[in-house]
Amino acid sequence: MAELVAVIASTHHPFYHRASTATGPDRPPFADEWVRKVEAFRETLTRAEPDVLVMVGSDHFHQLWLDNMPQFLVGKAPHYDANWYNEEREFGLPRMLFTGEEDLSAHLLRGGLDLGFDLAFSNELRIDHSITCPIITLRPQNDLPIVPVYTNIFAPPLPRPKRFVQLGQAIRELVESWPDERRVAVIGTGHLSLELGGPRQFGPHGPDPAFDRKAVEWIAAGDLEGCLSEVTLDSLWNPGNATHGFMDFMLMMGVAGEGRKADYTDTYDLFHTMEAYFTWYPDGGGAA
Amino acid sequence: MSKYLLDKFLFTVDRDPELVERYREQPRATVEWWEAEYAGRLLGCHGGERSTWPRFDVVEREALATHDYPRLFELGAHPFLTLTLFIAMFERDYDEPLGFQHEYARRLAHHSLPYPDIST
Repeated sequence: MAELVAVIASTHHPFYHRASTATGPDRPPFADEWVRKVEAFRETLTRAEPDVLVMVGSDHFHQLWLDNMPQFLVGKAPHYDANWYNEEREFGLPRMLFTGEEDLSAHLLRGGLDLGFDLAFSNELRIDHSITCPIITLRPQNDLPIVPVYTNIFAPPLPRPKRFVQLGQAIRELVESWPDERRVAVIGTGHLSLELGGPRQFGPHGPDPAFDRKAVEWIAAGDLEGCLSEVTLDSLWNPGNATHGFMDFMLMMGVAGEGRKADYTDTYDLFHTMEAYFTWYPDGGGAA
Repeated sequence: MSKYLLDKFLFTVDRDPELVERYREQPRATVEWWEAEYAGRLLGCHGGERSTWPRFDVVEREALATHDYPRLFELGAHPFLTLTLFIAMFERDYDEPLGFQHEYARRLAHHSLPYPDIST
């Protein structure tokens, strides 16, 4: 069976690529420290020596649209083109191409359906910055096959937080039951407090630093019980109108396991939103 | 109310560089053209298959035709779609980094929770 060698959760700040590659007067003052933190975070994945990456993210109204909106979707394609015109325009993100791992996609789909998740699938999926940003930060050589898993955190009605956690637990079970000897890492990105297109957007910090502190504590401690006791679809409007992306962090807590403390935690307080980086080593290996 | 159609306008214009510029320079004409030619398109289908019913109401049409993004927020247009498109059109007009984004927030500052419902 496959081995789950790392579980990684992070934010997906789309300006990292531009900030980290800028030079001279165009390089923002926070870029050097941001790069240092990202490179340290990257080492936590490198150390696990994965062969395959399951990538959890959310389409930002790129390919998935309100005429046919899935709640949870698994990509099942031999390749995935990536990044869209409006992401190149706004964030300076490059066009990218990924190799898929169709056998694991098929295993997640069949197994997920049998566990009670009515998963949608896509045989031609162009992925966006929720998945490309963690590749840029964690695996910039882009040399590993991927399985994209998309969640709906954008277009109400949304699945409830508990369902995200349950899907994370199912992904863990399915990765570990994949009849393959390769080493798998599950990487997911979400949001802490975030406001987009509202009055609290683009402040000097995230819109709700108190929520961010609490959220980082929940994730770092693996405190699913505490998190689920406070986080609801209604409550997530309070820290910012795009904070429902926090449910992808909750999904990753489900992958990592109830009560499982993160082996690596780091944050970086930036304009607009706080960055947060977490790594778990399921077998205890790879920890520094 | 046709929040879905507002969102469809923002979505389809934002992903087409030529339409972004047309909407910036000729908002009313672009909205009129889009409603007549584009509103009924089933995305991913050829032009022979169309929806026959989508229409803006008067308030929605005017908000789009006047680039009135605070009004779009009030009408429940998806804020991510509105923000992304309007950054593409107007960020260039501000000297300060994030100048437009901050102006956008200021023009919405009278709003408090709960924000308008974005469900379609």
